[in-house]
Amino acid sequence: MARTMAEKVWEEHVVRRADGEPDLLYIDLHLVHEVTSPQAFEGLRLAGRSVRRPDLTIATEDHNVPTQNLLAPIADPVSRKQVETLRKNCSDFGVRLHPMGDIDQGVVHVVGPQLGLTQPGMTIVCGDSHTSTHGAFGALAFGIGTSQVEHVLATQTLPLAPFRTMSVTVEGTLRPGVSAKDIILAVIAKIGTGGGQGYVIEYRGEAIRSLSMEARMTVCNMSIEAGARAGMIAPDETTFEYIRGRDHAPQGEDFDAAVEHWKSLRTDEDARFDAEVVLNADELSPFVTWGTNPGQGVPLDAPVPDPASFEDPSARAAAEKALKYMDLVPGTPMREVSVDTVFLGSCTNGRIEDLRTAAEIIRGRRVADGVRMLVVPGSMRVKEQANEEGLGVVFEAAGAEWREAGCSMCLGMNPDQLKPGERSASTSNRNFEGRQGRGGRTHLVSPQVAAATAVRGTLSSPADLEAL
Amino acid sequence: MEKFDVHTGRAVPLRASNVDTDQIIPAVYLKRVSRTGFEDGLFAEWRQSDPDFVLNRPEFEGATVLVAGPDFGTGSSREHAVWALKDYGFKVVLSSRFADIFRGNSLKGGLLTVLLPQEVIDRLWEAVEADPGTEVTVDLVAREVRGPGVREPFELDDYTRWRLMEGLDDIALTLRHTDEISEFETSRRRWLPVTL
Ligand code: SF4
Repeated sequence: MARTMAEKVWEEHVVRRADGEPDLLYIDLHLVHEVTSPQAFEGLRLAGRSVRRPDLTIATEDHNVPTQNLLAPIADPVSRKQVETLRKNCSDFGVRLHPMGDIDQGVVHVVGPQLGLTQPGMTIVCGDSHTSTHGAFGALAFGIGTSQVEHVLATQTLPLAPFRTMSVTVEGTLRPGVSAKDIILAVIAKIGTGGGQGYVIEYRGEAIRSLSMEARMTVCNMSIEAGARAGMIAPDETTFEYIRGRDHAPQGEDFDAAVEHWKSLRTDEDARFDAEVVLNADELSPFVTWGTNPGQGVPLDAPVPDPASFEDPSARAAAEKALKYMDLVPGTPMREVSVDTVFLGSCTNGRIEDLRTAAEIIRGRRVADGVRMLVVPGSMRVKEQANEEGLGVVFEAAGAEWREAGCSMCLGMNPDQLKPGERSASTSNRNFEGRQGRGGRTHLVSPQVAAATAVRGTLSSPADLEAL
Repeated sequence: MEKFDVHTGRAVPLRASNVDTDQIIPAVYLKRVSRTGFEDGLFAEWRQSDPDFVLNRPEFEGATVLVAGPDFGTGSSREHAVWALKDYGFKVVLSSRFADIFRGNSLKGGLLTVLLPQEVIDRLWEAVEADPGTEVTVDLVAREVRGPGVREPFELDDYTRWRLMEGLDDIALTLRHTDEISEFETSRRRWLPVTL
């Protein structure tokens, strides 16, 4: 029978199937960070259990870590305790950890791919919803809760109810200045924050195939913002070339055998998806959010929408509430919205290509007066590479702050936060109330828009900048 | 895990859609390493900044059933959202649509999340707002929600229902199949990466 890629990967990992029970699935890679793991390790301890496969587990410190003064102890005692707890747990249970200061420390979803641990056809989980990022390689990768983290630590498996499958086909070619971030924001605006609920989304079509590996990660990363369990993209030459030669990539003959297998994972020609969505890349333009969920977005050229224009009463009420929180007046052109802060980073847009793109726009220009721009690389390796390419110097010369790696202002668990009432243009993935700091207001944008906005001080695209 | 069969309690109407887990429990409360005591973080921002927020209204004190709007629990995978609801005293959340990860977490953690048509949620909201003393019964045995003018069946797969009714934890159940896991491990592809 013809099958989709998600179904093939699933079938390959079924350890046990019994009537009336969920399938028991084997997990190939378990990523761990400090926030969602302490209670899981504690559970193991209380039950006298061990980690079944420490060799399929890897941990990093990301959510709480400061992005300045790495050598000083973490100032916030609660954050410090959480990081220390992870260190103790990893040492007690024999799990590899990349702590602050380590070259492979960084946001968990940046670290896995850069080490070559993320490969097609694998099942990958993490106590973090943006695990969907790894689906860009054709892995089945999804976020889990802490009870499931404990379950995977103890058994290397998870009992799971089946997903449905959805294809999101993006045909055509992106216009200059339009990026993967704009694709996914447009997808979410189209299907809504619940539109992908219960589905694994497979992104297909010419526009997706022509994306780089890092851009594919940006797309899959935000699948969860459409409510989907996971996002996937079929592995191809772009994927194989990205993996080749990385620390944990298969070597020599194994690599060739792996590629043969990876090619076989692609969705069969006549396979059927439970739902299908089609978008045209030619029609896309830089996208920004105006509200407090990632589905509340419009093209940068558009004005702040009028809640009265929403037919659905609950969408209308949500829009009214969001505009009140965001302090925006319907009809105001998005381009006239001014920001206090620009955040470039996160597992959505904190990889080297994102930094290159932004640096190219910032080079030779200045961050606008009164605007603070924070550039936070997704990992220390990204930072190192950026420094080698001279990007750090470009950011600093423009007046931006060039920080150490971590989640940072994506969720403000460390000191990088918005103050009440402050407004940001952020390349992260969530514009929820208070996400970047109590009372903070977030506009989700691409790295291109972030960089142009930093220069002009109002939401902007590179096309709005004066030529140098 | 506590066994769940039939629960009757007063209900709180939460008239908002897309209540994400950052609202259910803001990130600052996630720094703890314990598994209990998260009740202070539940809807912390709304409870602190809005005196009219439902949970601040004395008439709803002690309620155990949360009647929520659609797309409840979107966003982050934090299981702390489930712990906060439970620690605060909620036994059941009713909604017409839940985010997947939140729903999975809740059913693993013994917080019953029940899917009902929005029209039934609307009726429950009206009934509870008209009389905050209104009791709602959630009957897992019969898979049915009962309240004033409401008698509505709900779906939950047999396996999850059985697990909740027996109060069984998943890990113990899976560990019964350790042999099968070991067997599976012998056939994994040789090039799959290891971290150590
Ligand atoms: S960067 Fe943001 S979205 Fe990504 S893992 Fe960190 S907190 Fe989560």
